[in-house]
Amino acid sequence: MAFTFAAFCYMLTLVLCASLIFFVIWHIIAFDELRTDFKNPIDQGNPARARERLKNIERICCLLRKLVVPEYCIHGLFCLMFLCAAEWVTLGLNLPLLLYHLWRYFHRPADGSEGLFDAVSIMDADILGYCQKEAWCKLAFYLLSFFYYLYSMVYTLVSF
Amino acid sequence: MIHIWKQYPGVNQLSSSLGGLSLQHSQQPESLRPVNLTQDRNILPVSSVPAPVPNLNSDLRKLNCSPDSFRCTLTNIPQTQALLNKAKLPLGLLLHPFRDLTQLPVITSSTIVRCRSCRTYINPFVSFIDQRRWKCNLCYRVNDVPEEFMYNPLTRSYGEPHKRPEVQNSTVEFIASSDYMLRPPQPAVYLFVLDVSHNAVEAGYLTIVCQSLLENLDKLPGDSRTRIGFITFDSTVQFYNLQEGLSQPQMLIVSDIDDIFLPTPDSLLVNLHESKELIKDLLNALPNMFTNTRETHSALGPALQAAFKLMSPTGGRISVFQTQLPSLGAGLLHSREDPNQRSSTKVVQHLGPATDFYKKLALDCSGQQTAVDLFLLSSQYSDLASLACMSKYSAGCIYYYPSFHCSHNPAQAEKFQKDLKRYLTRKIGFEAVMRIRCTKGLSIHTFHGNFFVRSTDLLSLANVNPDAGFAVQMSIEESLTDTSLVCFQTALLYTSSKGERRIRVHTLCLPVVSSLADVYAGADVQAVVCLLANMAVDRSVSSSLSDARDALVNAVVDSLAAYMSTASNLQQSMLMAPNSLKLFPLYILALLKQKAFRTGMSTRLDDRVYAMCQMKSQPLVHLMKMIHPNLYRIDKLIDESTIHVNDRVVPQPPLQKLSAEKLTREGAFLMDCGSSL
Repeated sequence: MAFTFAAFCYMLTLVLCASLIFFVIWHIIAFDELRTDFKNPIDQGNPARARERLKNIERICCLLRKLVVPEYCIHGLFCLMFLCAAEWVTLGLNLPLLLYHLWRYFHRPADGSEGLFDAVSIMDADILGYCQKEAWCKLAFYLLSFFYYLYSMVYTLVSF
Repeated sequence: MIHIWKQYPGVNQLSSSLGGLSLQHSQQPESLRPVNLTQDRNILPVSSVPAPVPNLNSDLRKLNCSPDSFRCTLTNIPQTQALLNKAKLPLGLLLHPFRDLTQLPVITSSTIVRCRSCRTYINPFVSFIDQRRWKCNLCYRVNDVPEEFMYNPLTRSYGEPHKRPEVQNSTVEFIASSDYMLRPPQPAVYLFVLDVSHNAVEAGYLTIVCQSLLENLDKLPGDSRTRIGFITFDSTVQFYNLQEGLSQPQMLIVSDIDDIFLPTPDSLLVNLHESKELIKDLLNALPNMFTNTRETHSALGPALQAAFKLMSPTGGRISVFQTQLPSLGAGLLHSREDPNQRSSTKVVQHLGPATDFYKKLALDCSGQQTAVDLFLLSSQYSDLASLACMSKYSAGCIYYYPSFHCSHNPAQAEKFQKDLKRYLTRKIGFEAVMRIRCTKGLSIHTFHGNFFVRSTDLLSLANVNPDAGFAVQMSIEESLTDTSLVCFQTALLYTSSKGERRIRVHTLCLPVVSSLADVYAGADVQAVVCLLANMAVDRSVSSSLSDARDALVNAVVDSLAAYMSTASNLQQSMLMAPNSLKLFPLYILALLKQKAFRTGMSTRLDDRVYAMCQMKSQPLVHLMKMIHPNLYRIDKLIDESTIHVNDRVVPQPPLQKLSAEKLTREGAFLMDCGSSL
């Protein structure tokens, strides 16, 4: 069993990938909560509920925004580690996602403190649908990469 | 080979002769008649362009909602999303739900009949299965007819639920029972926030505002609980104590603008009738109070925060009058416009807000059922892109008077006065929500207008006014193969100014078609253009102006190309359009020349942003006049399309094409572009 730098990388990414999966599942639950307004339809006309609903939407958006940067940083860290460990195949697999994250980050609206999830535009079914699809795709990707890292970790530990 | 098409009789004559037969193609030949756009020069009809009538049988057509309140871009709905994509036209609805109506049936029954599963209100397009049950036309569920509904109060007959007014009118207003109000309906509360810096006093708008208010104080919509208040601001914020019993209004100045607070807990918003004398004294004194002011700063942000605090308990309407860039306190803005870039053909920048202070404020206000209306009367750049956010998300409206000055610019002053009169006296609804429902299979995905989207189909409107228009985009989720009709229903629940909770319901019914030719036959070109204008504004802000312009051009090119590929026997060198879309290229060209989208000509950034805001919030009739004004030749009246006024036949002036070739020195012309004549 050779404890190389590559093996160490894979061990670390395995653990952090679990946290990424956790973030994405949080995203999915948040979008589901935004989409459903669990109240009696007559009650929805009640003006006192408007403030509650608005605060709910803002709370969820604030939470989502807080998750965005840690997720991108962790994924960026993965790519950096694979670069240093010379694991080119794994780096190649993660590169498209890295580029996508960079594009999303630099294309956010330049509105001062606004991030990617904005209370006024989040309830648009188009955008909500897009965010949900994105979350599901990422979940699939992170799950697959979790198992891939597990396999690679065992492989690098055993093979040298 | 050139085909010569027979001139078909006009649409109205055709449908009246075939009215009894609900032929599938009775209207198709006329609206599908190919028009050669490269040859025909006079495609504009001499009277105004009518809204297309959906191809339904005459009973349904009579009951259908008026196109002024509710209009769809395609009056023949395609059966599948694939067919819609082939037609390359957007599918959407243009709404004007709170428009001033001369005839509105108001129902005061104790039970409002709604579908049990989808909560649709009963409408003229439901089907009654034996007299005791009805089938919802949106979700197809069978519901029971309640006992009270069997009795018809108008004809005093029993057992004919389909004759009741709710089922005979597609636009009705219900008086809501107490289930619809879990807090007592709010009174009308009006707060006026006025800029009194040196710039504002120079412009002289204060006299017009105070005069207008004095004249219209009794006509403000409301009842005995109506409340009113005033805040003025320059570099400090001034409040006015109008407590009944005081001999004159008392001014309270708060100069700590970083941590604004209300100087007294009550008596800043007072009952209109009780303190009327004091209010009149204040309005008479206000223009002269600040004549010698030397303050040039404007603390708009703190004033708005104070206004929000004042309105939080009740909700209502805040009217903000601003004459310059806010330069002090929270929400201060910097000048972002570069005058050299005004005629740039490349990227137009700064169309979005610079700070989210106004958006957050608007959201807070919306949560407290307060709308913020903005009157911008400035002569220089005031970053309307950021200031407009305060109205966009709180369901307010925006008025803009560039280069306003009461004596140097009398045209603007008069316009301001007239607008203010309409603004103060028009109908208003408070703490409103609006929901748009459609038949199973269709879904709504994007909303355009001034409101806050609370849920995927519920809009929160703090105030609703008769001059606001909305647009929505739809998509076809499941194919509509087993239905021949689809329906859309808009329900607007609001509190009237007299404190009654009311629901205004509009229902529209349209047929479903499965062929591409029919889709083109039912295209409503004006609705398509307005929806594209809304989409283009969104695209310019999120992506870039040139992208939006390209998208507009592509919309015409794609749809006409798709039409030409379906219609055979047409020469490829001609540009053929179906009769229903013959004005499409003309309108899009007109749209590209609007201040909102034009490049290459010097356009001030505020003017451009204002034009964009107008595109998103105006109802269709005003927007079409803005995009393509009506030019009338009034020295040559014609007999076609005469109108009857008081038993006299009045001939109408013909509409002219908007082209220099139609203007001559010997004629007299009148142009109506919505906001001016």
